[in-house]
Amino acid sequence: MNAPLPGPLADNPSLDRWVSFPSPGKVGIFTGRVELGQGVLTAMEQIAADELDVAMARIVLRSGDTELTPNEGYTAGSQSIQFGGVAMRQACADVRALFLNQAAKIIGCAPDELSVRDGAILRKNAATGQDYWTLAGAVNLAVQATGSGPRKPIADMTVIGGSSERLDLPDKIFGNAIFIHDMRLPGMVHARVVRQPNRGATIDAVDEKAILRAAKTPVQFVRHGSFLAILGDDETAVDLAATAAVDHVGWQNVEAPTAAQQEANWLLQRPAVDRIFGAPDEGNPQGRQRFEATYTRGYLAHASISPSCGLAEYRDGHLTVWTHCQGVYPLRAALAKTLGLEASAITVHHVQGSGCYGHNGADDAATDAAIIAMRMPGRPVRVRWRREEEFVYEPKTPAMIVKVRALVDDAGKPVDWTQEIWSPTHNNRPGAGGNLLGALALPNPPPEPPPNDVPESNGGGATRNGEPLYDIAAKRIVHHLVAETPVRTSALRGLGAMPNVFALECGIDELAERVGKDPVAYRLSIIADKRARAVIEKVAAMARWDAKAPGGAGHGRGIAFARYKNRAAYSAVVVELDVAEEIRLAHVWCATDAGLVINPDGAINQIEGGIIQSASWVLKEQVRFDNGVSSIDWETYPVLKFSEVPEIDIELINTKDEVPLGVGEVTAGPTAAAIGNAVSHALGARIRDLPLTRERIMAALLKE
Amino acid sequence: MTQEFKFTVNGKPVSVSLGNEETPLLNVLRNELGLMGTRFGCGLEQCGCCMVLIDGEPEKSCGKPVWSIAGKTVTTIEGLGSPERPHPLQQAFIDEQAGQCGYCLAGIVITAKALLDKNPSPTRAQIAAALDSNICRCGTHNRILRAVAKAAAQIRAGAGA
Ligand code: FES
Ligand code: FES
Repeated sequence: MNAPLPGPLADNPSLDRWVSFPSPGKVGIFTGRVELGQGVLTAMEQIAADELDVAMARIVLRSGDTELTPNEGYTAGSQSIQFGGVAMRQACADVRALFLNQAAKIIGCAPDELSVRDGAILRKNAATGQDYWTLAGAVNLAVQATGSGPRKPIADMTVIGGSSERLDLPDKIFGNAIFIHDMRLPGMVHARVVRQPNRGATIDAVDEKAILRAAKTPVQFVRHGSFLAILGDDETAVDLAATAAVDHVGWQNVEAPTAAQQEANWLLQRPAVDRIFGAPDEGNPQGRQRFEATYTRGYLAHASISPSCGLAEYRDGHLTVWTHCQGVYPLRAALAKTLGLEASAITVHHVQGSGCYGHNGADDAATDAAIIAMRMPGRPVRVRWRREEEFVYEPKTPAMIVKVRALVDDAGKPVDWTQEIWSPTHNNRPGAGGNLLGALALPNPPPEPPPNDVPESNGGGATRNGEPLYDIAAKRIVHHLVAETPVRTSALRGLGAMPNVFALECGIDELAERVGKDPVAYRLSIIADKRARAVIEKVAAMARWDAKAPGGAGHGRGIAFARYKNRAAYSAVVVELDVAEEIRLAHVWCATDAGLVINPDGAINQIEGGIIQSASWVLKEQVRFDNGVSSIDWETYPVLKFSEVPEIDIELINTKDEVPLGVGEVTAGPTAAAIGNAVSHALGARIRDLPLTRERIMAALLKE
Repeated sequence: MTQEFKFTVNGKPVSVSLGNEETPLLNVLRNELGLMGTRFGCGLEQCGCCMVLIDGEPEKSCGKPVWSIAGKTVTTIEGLGSPERPHPLQQAFIDEQAGQCGYCLAGIVITAKALLDKNPSPTRAQIAAALDSNICRCGTHNRILRAVAKAAAQIRAGAGA
């Protein structure tokens, strides 16, 4: 019996959805995953090249296209390689086996006498005159995958495990038109949307004259309900008009988030959907020490370097959309609903944007373009959000409160752990019932989706990494899914993992401190998982961890660990830093076990990106509200600068395991907690609220 | 009423007619001249995606009205090098695989070029200080710092810049 097919292959079982041989010497590869700056397309080509035994240069890869590629849902959750890559690997192995069977028939030998070298079929290493392309006519790939094609043993891999250069980087370094922002279609019109401030707000008055005056060159208005767009041939004019429109369009029923709503504590006492799961009750506290601490984090922005962009054209009853979103099929389904079209009347193509790190404004910008394009058939429409628009209207990652409660035995080890979490949803993706922003301004807007978060079967949203991996007899999660939010919230790199790991890994340090144990030794004393131990031991060695390092004088070091989602990659991080009025990161070390690594340099690049982004969240970032979102640009929402980035050492271990584990989000939590622990070591005082601002540092010092 | 603006881009004289003399140089490069390498990131002179050299000085082109460019010399990322003849900075960025989404890179390479023109042997801290005019949201900073240092060394060793 064959093992079950990898998920995406089971969902798209026809092999011709994955591989084709379009012309002599060329191999077509189709992936539903999309490039978000994480290097996934390069990794996919490596996988295909190795399993098919062809040179990478022969491969023509297509990705994220409802006309061409398999439906793999979203490119998210560090699942592209762990699931999509594994599916690609098996599809290629199945295809290779079909070709070897056909070649064996023609040659009159057993298939296992044959091998492939760069597409040519060899028998006992000698040429047979056959190759993929001579056989392509006789091998039908419109058949179901069986999963029976033998995958190449890891030890024989030549491309997988090598650091192939990123295929997309040269275009970016030489300044070629590669981004969606660079697309120009014949007859295209530039457009900006005058954003509805909130669901239910309606347009009161539009001072068209004032807007036209600001534009300096002619622009047009398109209005549908309270959806108002400004278009024109000259992008500068459209930009000027859109900026002016903020002050020259009046709205009714405006609700603006208030300063009080900015803080995580506002979430307490809100209507919520409550769940408790895990171990039944808090074991007998008799004779046990109790530990309880509450950690918080504010709202964060994805803050992609480029505002979102989308293009659309409606012609002869068919809508074509270009987008940098993470899921072309879910967007197509949501657009069909919004626009009253059949999904078959819509094509969605992925084109690269800047890094998104989750659900940013990409789907919404594409929707804006589609709504406008439907009202001007035959005319391609390009919408590019303004910087302020992206900051104000992109979905934010929610503020969270995480309270950890532990019962501790005589040796100071936790025996019972409760992680109580307050959070709005981490999933307002269109594919999960979330609404497209532009749709809310149309006549008959869709209803508010019911409160809902990513299910635990998919790693959880607010509950992600809420359960410690440590050996604790009883663990449970209390989850309050807060139904009312001041702003739209959705997925950002790691979802709830960052606040949860921050809370539980700071909590573990606090427990170690109570019994005077070294944080590394303490962790090792409560975890048996070999891979977890290995990354903790490795990073301690890399950082020359000194259990006796004195803290308290403004210099400190901290460690933290997590296995992302408790089922993807393992990572341990050590941070060394100095605290004066502000925190200055000196050095970061990270050991990661991501199992089979397709492209080590690419994996390290992503791990490092995750460390720096998490450091930026922890040290600097919080979306501010003041009668509206007041974080509107890079001055009001600063991120880590070049001069603030520490040196970082990363090592990958166990890279030849059979199974690859997703790596893109693994460092978000451990980095945050290691910083928190290092600050506590440096100050001799703990700060449990993020970001670690100067005010909080001063307050912590005063308490001392 | 349209006006004519003449200046030099990547060594070639150009002339554009525009109805609004305040049109940012960035929009002129991208929409009038089809040079897409200079990217839009904020339009607020905060992120550095749109960095170009104007008479050799690094400038954020989103904040430069076209009237202020008349008669000047502009260098964009396209003018630095090509895959066939990469500038040492571009080669070093490829060697170091310095990029994730890569949206920030064109502006960063230009800022780095201006730095190396003035200071051929910058320290890590000096490179970082110069690049504080640019934002990278993906966290590629360290690779970028290494790439700039490597390019500097190569230029010092005689690679064509
Ligand atoms: S686009 Fe010019 S600095 Fe951001
Ligand atoms: S590589 Fe994405 S912003 Fe720098």
